[in-house]
Amino acid sequence: MSRLFVPLLLLATALFAAAPFVVANAPFEETMGLVQKIFYYHVPSAMMMFLSAFVCGIASAIFLFRRSAAADRVAQAAGELVVLFGLIVLVTGPLWARKAWGVWWEWDARLTSSLLLWMIFLAYLLVRRFGGPGSEKLAGAMALFGMANVPFVYVSVNYWRTLHPKTSVVMTLAPGMRAAFWFSVAAFVILYVLLLTLRKRLEDRQAAVEQLYLAFEE
Amino acid sequence: MKRLVLVIALVALLPGAMMYAQQPPPTMQEDFVPVSALPQAEQLPAAPLLIAAYAFVWVALMVYVWSLWRRMARLERDLADLQRRVPKP
Amino acid sequence: MTQFLRVAWVVMRKDLTIEMRSREIVYTTVFFAASCVLVFAFALVREGRPLEDAAAGILWISIAFAGTLGLGRTFERERHTETLRALMLAPSDRPAIYVGKLLGMLVLLAIVEAVLVPMVGLLFHAPVFARPLWLGALLAAGTLGFASVGTLFAAMLVRARSRDVLLPVLLYPITIPVIIAGVRGTAALFQATPDEPMARFWAALLVFFDVVFVTLSLWTFEPLMTE
Repeated sequence: MSRLFVPLLLLATALFAAAPFVVANAPFEETMGLVQKIFYYHVPSAMMMFLSAFVCGIASAIFLFRRSAAADRVAQAAGELVVLFGLIVLVTGPLWARKAWGVWWEWDARLTSSLLLWMIFLAYLLVRRFGGPGSEKLAGAMALFGMANVPFVYVSVNYWRTLHPKTSVVMTLAPGMRAAFWFSVAAFVILYVLLLTLRKRLEDRQAAVEQLYLAFEE
Repeated sequence: MKRLVLVIALVALLPGAMMYAQQPPPTMQEDFVPVSALPQAEQLPAAPLLIAAYAFVWVALMVYVWSLWRRMARLERDLADLQRRVPKP
Repeated sequence: MTQFLRVAWVVMRKDLTIEMRSREIVYTTVFFAASCVLVFAFALVREGRPLEDAAAGILWISIAFAGTLGLGRTFERERHTETLRALMLAPSDRPAIYVGKLLGMLVLLAIVEAVLVPMVGLLFHAPVFARPLWLGALLAAGTLGFASVGTLFAAMLVRARSRDVLLPVLLYPITIPVIIAGVRGTAALFQATPDEPMARFWAALLVFFDVVFVTLSLWTFEPLMTE
């Protein structure tokens, strides 16, 4: 993993530098015009938020049932990234919505569930920080329940009346937009992997320092 | 702790600024209405929103990476410090 | 299986017996729930009268608040006398202990709801006895969903720091879907002509939640409670 780190970093930088041009060259969407271009950052961020929620949930499950400390560190890293990408989604979304729908926020199924998911993982971070000893397990349970919430988000769009575009919109994108969209997704995926690795490495260092402190005290 | 306060301040300021700059939101529309069909008064310029959105994404990512960098630097310092002291029995 | 049920039953009986002696938690929780309803009735007014459409929401919010309070108090009692550790040391199925505590909580919340529902019907002119079976089903399914997650989290938090504020912080985001389904289903029943298919849909959703949450809770109880 560490050998791939620098090449991936360069690739991510290149992708993000090229992104504005790729996005600008994509065709304008008929009804929403310029503001629709927020979509190229909003949707990949949302995808990363859900991906991270799953990663955190699975890592937490492994930590709870196999007592793997490494899994706990991955869970911590992934939990932070859910909150980060969720924040991006929840800010770029209303900015887009203000123009496209006329309101900043609407209580439809997908927005509500996304906000909920974000708050669940915010609570995850709060518990880890302020729960005292043994809070990693508590937080792990929280992440598991949070992950169980994710399919609910996906299904809810298809069952309830909502102003949010249905999940199938991605498959019916115009060809010019499709390229820009998947380009953005690729950039975000690489960024996500890099951030997760970095954050996990930070946790590993933290654990090493703590172990040395303990050895020192003996 | 300071980091947390900084992040909260950042998050709180941006929507606050946007709210201040915009007019109060109109009554919510029920169905999807194409931008060109809206009355002239309701046609917001899209550019500020787009720029704000992109700017926020970049700022958020930068702040996070910077905070990782700082924490890593501090840990490396602690680690080097401890490793120097441990060999002494 | 019978051993499992016996342990759960014994744990529940223990809790209820202790509670019956002082009835402290029952009285205070019911009173708290009633105060909640009153506060909301005075806060949500239109033309000097409480909002009648708000009845369903107020009912469920009060149940949620009272439930959180009851959970905190019940497990505080456990912590105080260290009985939870004693229970964990017993050579019985751990999930059985969870089920026993859950049943105890359900009894407490049933008592709270028995008081709240007529009260809400009275204050907000809500037709609580129009479709009593559906209302009962919604309340049962919703309360089970809320209590199952709540019991798990409260048990986990017994040894944690800041446990009083962390319980709502953890519990409410996870159980908001339960509250939403409960409120929408109850509101459908409180309409002038009760909307039964709607209530049935939300009740089914609640049952689905219950299955998922109870299973998850049973599954994670043991690893969470062991050090």
